[in-house]
Amino acid sequence: MKKLLIRLLTISLVAFTLAGCNSGSTSTSGSGDGTGSACPIRVGFVTDVGGVDDKSFNQSAWEGINRYAEEQGWDADACLKVIQSSSDADYIPNLTSMAEDGFDLVIAVGYLFEASLNEVAPLFPDTKFFVVDTVVSQPNVVSATFAAEQGSFLVGVAAGLRAKAEGWDKVGFLGGVEGELIGAFQAGYEQGVWAVYPEAEIVVDYADAFNMPEVGKNIAVKQFDSGVHIIYQAAGSSGNGAISEAKERGSDYYVIGVDKDQYHDGDMADGSSVILTSMVKRVDVATYTVTKDVHQGTYAGGSVMVFNINNEGVGAETSTGRNLSDIEIETILEYNNKVVAGEIEVSPTPVIPNGQSGTYSSTH
Amino acid sequence: METVIEMKGITKQFPGILANDSIDLEVTKGSIHALLGENGAGKSTLMSILFGLIQPDSGNIKINGQEVKITDPNVATRLGIGMVHQHFKLVHNFTVTQNIILGAEPCKQFGIVDLKQGTKKIRELCKSFHLEVDPEALIEDISVGQQQRTEILKMLYREAEILVFDEPTAVLTPQEVEDLMKILRSLAASGKTVVLITHKLKEIKAVADVVTILRRGKVEGTYKVSEINEKEMAAKMVGRQVQFAAHKKAQKAGDTILQVENLTVLDGRGIERVKGISFDLHKGEILGIAGIDGNGQDELVYAITGLLPVKSGRILLNGEDITELPVKNRFEAGLGHVPSDRHRHGLILDFLLKENFIIHAYNSDFAKHGLLDEATINQKADQLIEEFDVRASLGRQTITRNMSGGNQQKAIVAREIDRSPELLIIVQPTRGLDVGAIEYIHSRILEQRENQKAILLVSFELDEILALCDRILVMANGEISGEKKASQTDEKQLGLLMLGHKSGETYDQP
Amino acid sequence: MISLKEKRWIPFLAVILGLVAGTLIVILSGRSPLIMFATFIKAGTGIDLLKGGTFNPRLVGEFLVTTMPILMGGLSISFAYRTGLFNIGAEGQIIAGGVAAIGAGFFIPIDNQFIHSTICVLAGCLAGALWGLIPGLLKARFNVHEVVVGIMLNYTAMYSANWLYKQMPLNQMTRTENVPVSATLNVDFLRQLTNNSRLHLGFIHVIIALFLFWLIIEKTSFGYQLRATGFNKEGARFAGIKVKRNLVYSLMIAGAFAGLGGALLTLGTYGYGRVITAFDNVGFDGISVALVGGCTMLGNLFAGLLFGLMKVAQPALQIASIPKEIGDIISSLIVLLVALQYAIVLYRNKIRDWFKKARGQK
Repeated sequence: MKKLLIRLLTISLVAFTLAGCNSGSTSTSGSGDGTGSACPIRVGFVTDVGGVDDKSFNQSAWEGINRYAEEQGWDADACLKVIQSSSDADYIPNLTSMAEDGFDLVIAVGYLFEASLNEVAPLFPDTKFFVVDTVVSQPNVVSATFAAEQGSFLVGVAAGLRAKAEGWDKVGFLGGVEGELIGAFQAGYEQGVWAVYPEAEIVVDYADAFNMPEVGKNIAVKQFDSGVHIIYQAAGSSGNGAISEAKERGSDYYVIGVDKDQYHDGDMADGSSVILTSMVKRVDVATYTVTKDVHQGTYAGGSVMVFNINNEGVGAETSTGRNLSDIEIETILEYNNKVVAGEIEVSPTPVIPNGQSGTYSSTH
Repeated sequence: METVIEMKGITKQFPGILANDSIDLEVTKGSIHALLGENGAGKSTLMSILFGLIQPDSGNIKINGQEVKITDPNVATRLGIGMVHQHFKLVHNFTVTQNIILGAEPCKQFGIVDLKQGTKKIRELCKSFHLEVDPEALIEDISVGQQQRTEILKMLYREAEILVFDEPTAVLTPQEVEDLMKILRSLAASGKTVVLITHKLKEIKAVADVVTILRRGKVEGTYKVSEINEKEMAAKMVGRQVQFAAHKKAQKAGDTILQVENLTVLDGRGIERVKGISFDLHKGEILGIAGIDGNGQDELVYAITGLLPVKSGRILLNGEDITELPVKNRFEAGLGHVPSDRHRHGLILDFLLKENFIIHAYNSDFAKHGLLDEATINQKADQLIEEFDVRASLGRQTITRNMSGGNQQKAIVAREIDRSPELLIIVQPTRGLDVGAIEYIHSRILEQRENQKAILLVSFELDEILALCDRILVMANGEISGEKKASQTDEKQLGLLMLGHKSGETYDQP
Repeated sequence: MISLKEKRWIPFLAVILGLVAGTLIVILSGRSPLIMFATFIKAGTGIDLLKGGTFNPRLVGEFLVTTMPILMGGLSISFAYRTGLFNIGAEGQIIAGGVAAIGAGFFIPIDNQFIHSTICVLAGCLAGALWGLIPGLLKARFNVHEVVVGIMLNYTAMYSANWLYKQMPLNQMTRTENVPVSATLNVDFLRQLTNNSRLHLGFIHVIIALFLFWLIIEKTSFGYQLRATGFNKEGARFAGIKVKRNLVYSLMIAGAFAGLGGALLTLGTYGYGRVITAFDNVGFDGISVALVGGCTMLGNLFAGLLFGLMKVAQPALQIASIPKEIGDIISSLIVLLVALQYAIVLYRNKIRDWFKKARGQK
């Protein structure tokens, strides 16, 4: 009896294995083993808890990878894979899984991956890694950093101009998690607002999370109620809470988007949008570039890509026919040129503490 | 004589038990037909089949000569069959009338309930069947006996011709029992057919015309009540000769074991339930507490066992004040307790039988260094199972829930008696048990008396109190309404005392 | 009524039905269920049937790492449940255990890893026990329901822990520095053995905890009292068992189990403390584990491994283009089916009757 059972089990296992292999090689979607046929390289993307539909950072990165794949005519389903992390406990196993599975390029977006990548990258010297928003000094990691303060400076100018014109004496800032990275967003914003409107009071609050829209919404309610009409959100999907609050309030309440052009996330029923402008951080350009580098053999491990206002890696979204007037757009471009020319140097260090507010004179 | 119910070859199998094994039953119109049997003999299953609550595996049923399929209680109602359950199904904040017409409301135009018409019809029914109940009273305000009458009226209102009563006297006082018997007779006299499920032989003798005895799912026989005596019925029901009256040897009471002094106890809601009661209990004596349920007996027992705090007064066990002691210490000081609700209080039903045996002594006799001593536990369990004839399918490893009520009670009695406590408090020891089990438990209680233990017996069954006790205290409304020697009183006198007539003394003895 | 025997087979049936349902969903979404099963096998055993049976011990290591805290959550819930309590506060106790373990790691300077890590783990257990003591005392003294207190204390634990972590050496605003190696449960030996997985010494603690759970509940007179209380509180009180005191002890021990889970997370899985904005749901997963495992030691072990597998397989599922949610769907279905055990028995009986009739007609 027992022997029979073991034999049956063995047979079914073998059948199972064969069946698995078969379906793996015939299906177009690939079984995770399809190093051959359609894929010149395989790209893996590990997101943080946000996921690729976060309307922000991760989505932008994913779009960049897909754009390159599309241009090259790759089967995106087979060649590009994404793993969404359920918590920070997953970072290491997720990166490792992708490396072990033989992906040529493994992309991690966000400074939260710094420690995990430092641990995983040395174990897979043949895998190429790419990280955004932090620098990991390993021979098989390319890092990309963004001069977020420069782009934030320009949207700060936009906020300052609009507030001054409307007679609003306060503007708001909603950050994700306090620290060096988001601090740069805040700093650039402060300097931009005060460059055109030094009397403006800037209200600063952090959601302490990038994935909690309800917290973002609560902060937006608080700021809007205190007389703020424009909030710059640098808070991932927490910022979506601020956008939805502005939508509920309707005209005269604005949110400045972050990371990608969020104009259509602010769409209202009447065709207008609550998104004044967006601080565009071309993560998609970064992921596009690195995918291309790996594909064409120009990947330089250990290097750091710097994206700033000069190479259009960051900037304010200034399409006409939206919420910005032509004069505002003109002024923003003027400031843009000043930064490019080095006439204005934007500091990445903020001056207003979390939970407080201040004007130029109160902080200097 | 016309046959109104004819059940033939009724068989019903439940997992592990053949509840009804090709049962035949014929009931004639206008008779009172008793269905007698131990618990689990299949009486309730048979009547549930008749009432459409259960479908039989095989067999057929004829009502008034017509073969019928009773698929649910609505069909039974249409066929004129009504049932008074042991637990009444009444809405407490409705009036008698509202309860009776519920589901069969007489309507005026637009579906408005015509209460007046209902009340009128009910008054007529009360009159013609001698049922005393106020149709406009709320259920929560009337006595248990009147609630039962409401249930009867419910059936009559629906023009039931066959009335099934499931253990109707279990909840009644002796006076109410007598009234019920009268009602049953008048129902039969007016042409209704009564089926009476019971295990009380006296009631059958008093009221029934015919008795069908069931044992282990089979019909043992059907007899004219006039041609069979109680002893024979008991023997047929149990399957052996039954010792009837408990043999109580004359003996002198010894030293005082329990003294209760001016005891006042509040219940959980702060209502005074025991009002300054005092009494003594001696070695080799059984003291009975008689009374209608809810007159302070529970609170008295809980105060003595430590389950409820005492408001004032003292309790002395062997001269030692135990008023403030925790429950466990009282058990260790020589107290035993067989609680009235064996399911909720006496046993942990989900425990194995052996685990229930050690519930008072889990950390002294049956554990070493905090670890349970399985060998000793098993040994004790086997000993008690053997000594007290506790029947359980898997022996000591049986889950207590799966045992019959009688054996559960035996297990509790075994556990308490085995510890040989100086004072044994026993509440309702035979409720719901059959003759065989009652006989056995009574004999063990008397044995304790012979061993010079003191026993406090609380029971609502006056038979039991009279048979076992030396002295009887009657409790009414939290006070002792009378004290009698068992040999010098009877049910009638006690019944009056139970109603709170302190005039028990003025009652002239025949 | 459901018999003991049925109680034992229902979880197995639920697991099978859950997997069948998962298979159907995968088929409906146009993916291969064989790949799903192969992925589960790979995540659980490290053997990749799709790559000719290659063995990767790292996957086994990660499987255990994921399972351990969930399993401890299950033990915590189970222990309290055996006493008739619903320890929904396990989540908070895990957080409390985690922060205490990290605190001991930073502030108690000992170089010996064995001694230091043991002290840290014990600190975690103690913190969990204290966090369990609060609902226990409130229940015993004022009859406040442990679920209400537990839920509140979960949030209290989360925000207090966030504040406490920020008082420790910080790496970023969201996490502390790594604790000294002597405080962690990580050893190179296990790393090397499992191809650089994060497998840590915590599995020893888990085995000890499983043993203690079994010993206390099944074998001691104390556990006997707890079980009596759990089955029938009034019955236990009538028998002289000190019910209220036992409720407090029970929640403390349950808290200690959860606290150990928290310590394993911070000292083993992470090696640092995290400022969190939402619950990790380890304690809530524990509820599922306890339910499916029937609150016994062995049941918890199997259920814990099962839920750990459903979790740890998620990255591999995503690489195979199968939505990772399938793992969650299967887990949830299993829980649902176990909760619906009465319905299962009912339908089984109906099906059996139907077969009987069909046979009878022949």
